Amino acid sequence: MSTINRHAVQQQVVIVGNKRVGAYHQILLNVGDLVKFCKPGNFVAIAVGGDSSRMILRRAFAISRVSENSQYGGTMELIVAPHGSGSKWLCSQVEGTEIDIVAPLGTAFGIPTEPINALLIGGGYGSAPLFGLADVLKSRGCKVDMLLGASVGSKIYAPMEGKRSVNSLRIYTEDGSMGETGRVTESLLDIISQRAIDVIYSCGPMAMLSAITSLVAETDVIHQCAVEESMACGIGICMTCVLPVKNADGSTSMLRSCIDGPVMDGSDVRWDLVGKVPEVAP
Amino acid sequence: MSIPVDLSTTLGNAWFPSPIFTASGCASSGKELAQFFPLKDIGAVVTKSVMSKPRHGRPTPRMAETPSGMLNSIGLQGPGIDAFLANDVPWLLEQKARVIVSIAGETIEEYSTLARKLRSVSGISAVEVNISCPNVENRGLVFACDPDASRRVIDGVRKTIGGELPIIAKLSPDVTDLPAIARGVVDAGADALALINTVLGMVINLDTMKPHLGGKTGGLSGPAIRPVAVRAIYQVHAALPQIPILGMGGVSSGRDALELILAGASGISVGTASFGNPSALITIQNELRELLAARGFATMQQAVGYAHRDESP
Repeated sequence: MSTINRHAVQQQVVIVGNKRVGAYHQILLNVGDLVKFCKPGNFVAIAVGGDSSRMILRRAFAISRVSENSQYGGTMELIVAPHGSGSKWLCSQVEGTEIDIVAPLGTAFGIPTEPINALLIGGGYGSAPLFGLADVLKSRGCKVDMLLGASVGSKIYAPMEGKRSVNSLRIYTEDGSMGETGRVTESLLDIISQRAIDVIYSCGPMAMLSAITSLVAETDVIHQCAVEESMACGIGICMTCVLPVKNADGSTSMLRSCIDGPVMDGSDVRWDLVGKVPEVAP
Repeated sequence: MSIPVDLSTTLGNAWFPSPIFTASGCASSGKELAQFFPLKDIGAVVTKSVMSKPRHGRPTPRMAETPSGMLNSIGLQGPGIDAFLANDVPWLLEQKARVIVSIAGETIEEYSTLARKLRSVSGISAVEVNISCPNVENRGLVFACDPDASRRVIDGVRKTIGGELPIIAKLSPDVTDLPAIARGVVDAGADALALINTVLGMVINLDTMKPHLGGKTGGLSGPAIRPVAVRAIYQVHAALPQIPILGMGGVSSGRDALELILAGASGISVGTASFGNPSALITIQNELRELLAARGFATMQQAVGYAHRDESP
């Protein structure tokens, strides 16, 4: 048997919750025992549009959090921004609808064995998987601080119950409609030194991930980021979601963000080459 | 309930227990799909076209979804033939999968070099010679758009590889006279034909108001191109009824597979459907068996080209 995505299964599941939260939908799926294998950072690929859909590709969503013993049994929560036709379809599905998912997919955030100081940084709905991660880090005795940023306040996703798992939360919006005016990278280096941050976990737009990587390049901070690249399959067969990543010998490989990601070490990604092709043959 | 339909098929001297194969470029080298079904349960794994050297492929974005289809612009990213033969083929054979190796080159000589490397590999069922990848820098390099270049590639591979391993020439539908190109590669030594590769297309992004794909153009696949595949297979089977065709293009159900078989395909490759449904190959295989039984076919082979039956020769 293969070692890639070895816990992934294709399964029909029922939507047991769908409510609007700001600019997003919080969607709850009854997935049963599947939750046992879902780790923070993993994603789910969902078939959209119904049987006669002209949308032939699955949509990938970060798993926000899972619960093993909710009133429905094992549940998986997703935070979905209704932007394109696929995510709009998903957000319009009512409770009780059956959908086809493949999960869990991709790499997970590395969880430290020691109690460390962690800083979680989310951009827009990129904060979704960070709350599940915060729970896990907290349970390992880590100190968890969080920075969330978005263009406007309605695009900040910070649920009440999520806030309980973090020691501090700072919010930034570009228009100043919520929290501080500016971006999450604004005073990042100060925060890192004041709070003796060991590891940054981030999820959000590629420009944010790239900016964090350059800021921490001169520090000892480890930066684990969940990347976002458009993908057709989510399971490693289509080769569309590749990113240029540094190898140990200094050469660059185009790695699939669905299988070798979404969680990658920020310092390994050749952010300068995203959207380009490395010149020298691998 | 098991329905007594013999699904087995042959391409040249290679025998397969089922006509349902992966499509090259849509299953990598099989490991990823093996999570969803045993690879030995389908007819064959057609591996992603491999070149002589490792290759990065084209820049991202590499994908655009279109109505009932998608454009891809991968550009033959791959590990190169040496790493492929050292790692991927032994693993596939361990899984007891039947393996068709797909090769692609930038020059006629590169195809012969690749064929030389394959000659000494035991256990593979056939070689697919991909002369029709649309995602190359220079459209002039799409050998399958040029009858003479097509013939010379196949001739070189045939001479290098000897007479044993079946050669499947993969052709493009983006030509004026497909039967003429098909006849040329068969005369040059192809045992079978793979029809069709993706159709060249483009999407313009309305935000940037520029071509969306990093490589500007891409190959269109999925149900949107299925009628093009049916037409191409029908035309070529009418012209060359003795030459087996590995049919592909938008097959996502048993009904689609049967349509291509009736048009003249002896085998069916499933590509883009696996992106949306990782177990598509197994579903399609089961549906095909039932559809054949419902129409009274005892064997899949009896249905090959059945749509041509009342036509005057």
